[in-house]
Amino acid sequence: MPTAIQTLDISVNNLSVTYSNAKLALYNANCTIEPGSITALVGPNGSGKSTLFKSIMGFLKPSQGQIRIAGLPVQKAQKKQLMAYVPQSDEVDWNFPVSVFDVVMMGRYGYMNLLRIPGSKDRRLVMESLERVGMIDFRTHQIGELSGGQKKRAFLARALAQEGKVILLDEPFTGVDVKTEKRIIDLLIQLRDEGHTILVSTHDLASISTFCDRTILLNQTILAAGKTEETFTEENLAMTFGGLPVNSLRQMFHNSEVEARYE
Amino acid sequence: MSNLIAKIPLVDWLIEPFQYGFLVQAIWVSAFVGLVCAVLSCYITLKGWSLMGDAVSHAVVPGVVVAYALNIPFAIGAFVFGFGATVAIGYIKSKTRLKEDAVIGVVFTGFFAFGLVLITKIPSNIDLFHILFGNVLGISQQDIIQTLIAGTITLLVILIRRKDLLLFCFDPNHAKAIGLNTQFMYYTLLSVLALTIVTALQTAGIILVIAMLVTPGSTAYLLTDRFDHMLGISIATSVFSCVGGTYLSYHFDVSTGGAIVVLLTVLFMVAMVFAPKYGILAQNSHQQLVPVENQAEANKIVD
Ligand SMILES: Nc1ncnc2c1ncn2[C@@H]1O[C@H](COP(=O)(O)OP(=O)(O)O)[C@@H](O)[C@H]1O
Ligand SMILES: [Mg+2]
Repeated sequence: MPTAIQTLDISVNNLSVTYSNAKLALYNANCTIEPGSITALVGPNGSGKSTLFKSIMGFLKPSQGQIRIAGLPVQKAQKKQLMAYVPQSDEVDWNFPVSVFDVVMMGRYGYMNLLRIPGSKDRRLVMESLERVGMIDFRTHQIGELSGGQKKRAFLARALAQEGKVILLDEPFTGVDVKTEKRIIDLLIQLRDEGHTILVSTHDLASISTFCDRTILLNQTILAAGKTEETFTEENLAMTFGGLPVNSLRQMFHNSEVEARYE
Repeated sequence: MSNLIAKIPLVDWLIEPFQYGFLVQAIWVSAFVGLVCAVLSCYITLKGWSLMGDAVSHAVVPGVVVAYALNIPFAIGAFVFGFGATVAIGYIKSKTRLKEDAVIGVVFTGFFAFGLVLITKIPSNIDLFHILFGNVLGISQQDIIQTLIAGTITLLVILIRRKDLLLFCFDPNHAKAIGLNTQFMYYTLLSVLALTIVTALQTAGIILVIAMLVTPGSTAYLLTDRFDHMLGISIATSVFSCVGGTYLSYHFDVSTGGAIVVLLTVLFMVAMVFAPKYGILAQNSHQQLVPVENQAEANKIVD
């Protein structure tokens, strides 16, 4: 793996997104995701985290505003295989007849010819990615047979196989046990040290300061953004989560952690 | 020896139809149609486009009539209107706040009704009954050629684009994220859908063609977790039903399309009940396992 890869920033300028049912999900959002760092995206359910992700990835057409990846429009950045996306679990059809290996190989399609016939490099990278997330033994399993944590790791392996320099992960810790969460965090730290730009949305407020260099607080618009130490304050959190006392919030998230599926 | 076989009435009864060229030909045509539908069926069921398939099949009717009036091949007219309906659906959905199923319902019934009006107004010898229910036993050479061309194009397009189409069905967002043109994939899948319906028009008729597009894929989906196996099972059940249905329809003098779809449906029901992992029986026995285990646990505690 190359050690000195170029690092890429994401800039979001005055972004607004309205869904077709006239629902305004994001409003005048401005932020810069610093290159080569891990940025946490925090906000309550329905605050527009996934909407921001989808706008950055170009899945949604914003009604206003502009997004640049290292100065490039999103589509150009995607053609260059710069951007990988790990979807929220409820966006995936887990009953689809594909294996873990098939899914990870889909990360390589952008490098293949029209018929998408994998070469030896593609196969090697898929195996290396599976190895890195510890999913080699599960590669022939249909994706629905996996536990919550394994599902996340399979899609993370796809992002690794794609070799994207920018990786967006939408709630990678939801439905994941503590051990797997730790493992994913370690991998994200490694990837950051290799120069990747990482944006991750999470509800686990307790772990953010352990691995996120920067934090963005979101509720319909961006309420605060900056270094985690500076942004992750009680007042900011209280503002983001709308008046709920932060301590009870923490409690709430820890309770939902306990419900996470056994692996 | 051959004398002996001929004397056995059952064998006689079984092989008698094969003396007729038209029947053998109809069996070949419907087997081919079964193959094409089975392949596309896997993609359509996984994508959740059954309703779209139903829409396209009804929307081709005005195309058939117009093609007849202009004296061009029916396949061209049918394709243009079938594909046109899907474009209209996409356009209306993007411009209004209506849900997709409502848009599909409005558009396809509109096209179909327009076709009915045309059929009754434009003087032609198109038999409405044949359009609605198919007529593979009486298919003309010209129609066979059109069926073969439409089906072959469909198979070639799917063969070349199969990985991208599967990715598009599974995870269109990822397809976009790696820079693929999902708009193009969307229209590719829609056009092969329209072409497949053109292919199956003469065999099943527009009312039943949707069964040929949905049932084989659904049956296969209940039986396996691997796409390549799904494709194989879908093709096997579909070709079997098409051949068997055509043959039986001659023997019992019943509707060919009807016989094919009845066979398809019977196979589906067998899979639904007996499928090893996803069948109703298997699912029930999974559910029963849980209380049994609990009982064992409970007994232990009592002990
Ligand atoms: N496809 C959609 N159509 C209409 N409204 C949507 C759609 N997706 C999300 N929304 C709405 O937009 C808001 C933001 O949603 P989302 O970005 O998914 O929030 P989060 O990921 O932070 O939970 C929510 O109020 C949600 O109901
Ligand atoms: Mg979300």
